[in-house]
Amino acid sequence: MKQANSDVLERFRTLIRQARQTVQESKEPGKPHIYIGMATCGLAAGATETKQAFEETLAERGIEARIIPVGCIGHCYGEPLVVIENPGFPAICYHKVTAGKAGALVRAFLEEGDPLFEYVLGALEENDLIPTVMDFPRFNLERRVVMADCGALDPENIDQYLAGGGYESLLKALEMTPEEVIQEIIDSGLRGRGGAGFPTGRKWQAARSADGSRKTVICNADEGDPGAYMDRTILESNPHQLLEGLAVCAYAVEAENAVIYVRAEYPLAVKMIRRAIDQAGQAGLLGAHILGTRFSLSVSVFEGSGAFVCGEETALIQSLEGKRGMPQHRPPYPVHKGLWQQPTVINNVKTLSSVPTIVKKGAAWYRQIGTQSSPGTAIFSVVGKVVHPGLVEIPMGTTLGRLIFEICGGIPNRKKFKAVQIGGPSGGCLPESFMDTPVDFDSLTQAGAMMGSGGMVVMDEDSCLVNVARFFIDFTQNESCGKCTFCRIGTRHILNILERITKGEGKEGDLETLRELSQDIKTASLCGLGKTAPNPILTSLEYFREEYQAHIREKRCPAMMCRALTAFYIDLDKCARGCDACVGSCPVDAIFTTKGRKKAIDQELCVKCGECMVACPTEYDAVGKVSPSELAPVIERPQEKAS
Amino acid sequence: MIKVNVDGRAIEVGEGQSLLAVCLQQGIFIPHLCFLEGMPESPASCRLCFVDIQGEPAPVASCKVPPWDGMVVRTDTERVRRLQKSALRLLLSVHHVDCRNCPSNKKCVLQDLAKFLGVPLKSKKLEHLQREIGVELDHPLFQFVPERCVLCEKCIAVCRQHNDFSLLTFAKRGFNTVVTCFEKDPDRLPCSDCRACVEICPVSAIFLKNEAAEACLDQPPPFPDSP
Repeated sequence: MKQANSDVLERFRTLIRQARQTVQESKEPGKPHIYIGMATCGLAAGATETKQAFEETLAERGIEARIIPVGCIGHCYGEPLVVIENPGFPAICYHKVTAGKAGALVRAFLEEGDPLFEYVLGALEENDLIPTVMDFPRFNLERRVVMADCGALDPENIDQYLAGGGYESLLKALEMTPEEVIQEIIDSGLRGRGGAGFPTGRKWQAARSADGSRKTVICNADEGDPGAYMDRTILESNPHQLLEGLAVCAYAVEAENAVIYVRAEYPLAVKMIRRAIDQAGQAGLLGAHILGTRFSLSVSVFEGSGAFVCGEETALIQSLEGKRGMPQHRPPYPVHKGLWQQPTVINNVKTLSSVPTIVKKGAAWYRQIGTQSSPGTAIFSVVGKVVHPGLVEIPMGTTLGRLIFEICGGIPNRKKFKAVQIGGPSGGCLPESFMDTPVDFDSLTQAGAMMGSGGMVVMDEDSCLVNVARFFIDFTQNESCGKCTFCRIGTRHILNILERITKGEGKEGDLETLRELSQDIKTASLCGLGKTAPNPILTSLEYFREEYQAHIREKRCPAMMCRALTAFYIDLDKCARGCDACVGSCPVDAIFTTKGRKKAIDQELCVKCGECMVACPTEYDAVGKVSPSELAPVIERPQEKAS
Repeated sequence: MIKVNVDGRAIEVGEGQSLLAVCLQQGIFIPHLCFLEGMPESPASCRLCFVDIQGEPAPVASCKVPPWDGMVVRTDTERVRRLQKSALRLLLSVHHVDCRNCPSNKKCVLQDLAKFLGVPLKSKKLEHLQREIGVELDHPLFQFVPERCVLCEKCIAVCRQHNDFSLLTFAKRGFNTVVTCFEKDPDRLPCSDCRACVEICPVSAIFLKNEAAEACLDQPPPFPDSP
């Protein structure tokens, strides 16, 4: 039944009017406005010091300006990011604004009108003075649907969200029947952004038609992939958008309870979402009788204790019920028997955050973005060896090559691309031949990787794929809950074999055991963690087999990363007589002076930290690396003369 | 009645039981370890009871599948056996294989499974691994031998059945998961008259302390196979 009537509409209009007025009043025309990105990534890069420097310099100079902390736009390479709206100028985005630059900006830009071009990233609007950010591929090849307002809003201020059209989708949903809302989501083709890509509308429909009196909606914000932080950024930068999506979902499936399961390691996200829930409750947009309708929704926050496996939906439910976070066999699926045996919808942060825009602009609009089978946008956190790491929201179907080489600027330091690991620790490692692969659920699965929740690690020629596979299986076997045989024992065997190989103790037959065991774990494990954990091994075995073989047969690490298989040496022809730069850098006194007053490394003592390579002045460039380690020239340490 | 075809045999079954339970009652053996007759939910953790069902892309755990009318099942396909052998090899690779000194000798589920599947008890294929037992496994009445334990969860299930809640629980996680009891006070333990966990353990990984001598564990077990 539709819930909205003229009273509801009037109530909502009043709310919007008040919000717009508050936002309008808080703007002080004629004064400069300084927006500082203060999400976790900004804070880590020093945004607190930047803000303090702005405040101090403004006070010192007697300039009146407003400082507004905002969320994150996802451009991690440029943190701390600051946008300055100075009357008479376009809004300008500055990157890497340290405390010193902040002071300079106040003095030069706000006081004297010099925008300090050397610090500018770009203008946010067209103008004759400064190139806009939209001239860069990092901006113009992106398509922001979920993250459109991230970094533009103050996440602690519901009025800003409301003034920009927030919660209109909830109102629109209330004007529709729950069935119509679900149909809209089905028509949009939205697929779950948590990794598996299950059609969201069908999940909602199943939960709606399931028997049960106390249905629940859970937002899964237990983001645990190494190097992935999309959910955190959305929670910290635009929490109301998520709450709106959550409310629409609860209305559609007729749930009165919602839980946001978020990692306790995300304190700022927890704070932001808690504050947002309070504010929305006070505005009558959550809680009992939302906007005066018969629809009520109580939202609570549950802080997970950091077990990776609790991101798996059945383990998450166990954890919420106060039990050990161990996955359960599916079926029954949570939409039939979930939290406290009641029908439960579990959606990822990005899925729920996509909902308001879909409801507002319609399924047909959403379908225009992305591909036929995977409509909409994908959010990746691209990290590792790229020039412009950070969060990227792209239309589904964008090729990997375009994402890595155009949007993220390619590989720094003139190194060669080697592989990209997609989909978190259980994703696959794909080589350069996959650069034309479109990013969507089905293409990536076909390639042996997966969409996952959107972690993407780019590796250059200095990465050893055997070591990378070892790293990821080390992570997953550590995070295995220990319930089922294959994941508990099988992943440990894989880790042990890979550890042996990286130490040069690999045997013929190891690769066959690795492949067979990986396939069995993939087929026979109980939950998604075990079923996907062998992906990095299976893909690297397929695409980088010769690298494994070099480790086993020649005791050679082609990337010269495995310590046991490499050695550092000093080229006596290049080493400068009398130079001592490397000696002080060595933590174990392995460097000695030769008879010819040059330097050499005692291989017995060397711990292969590589500090001497860094310390050696570039004009000599005398420290080299070889693999296998026997190739290092042996130089006798001169006998110390007895005094 | 539901009609099911297992390995070419037509079987008629009632509702409410898993395929595994039905097959076992009919004398069709499917390897299993964590399934416990009469328990409401099987944990499906041992990953041994795989069968191939017509129409399913991969083998499925039969303890979690209710039979349906017209179901066609094969219990002995190549891929089913491969997974079962692989699972057993993994379990044996962390099991302290010392049958001569084990009270379960000749009535041991691992021995039976090894014989049925043709897997050697001491496999050369995988090296022997040892868990790090970092928790205190002391219990006033019972002795745990984690090196034997296969984590089938049966002791936890029967303890829950006898006491409404389970005194036994999993501790640690992943590879180092063990079964233990955190209650150390003998006066607060209802164990003195109850032997349910001892009786159900299929591998003698838990037994009464005063029977320790009989269980040949007065001295810590050596590990000839560990690397």
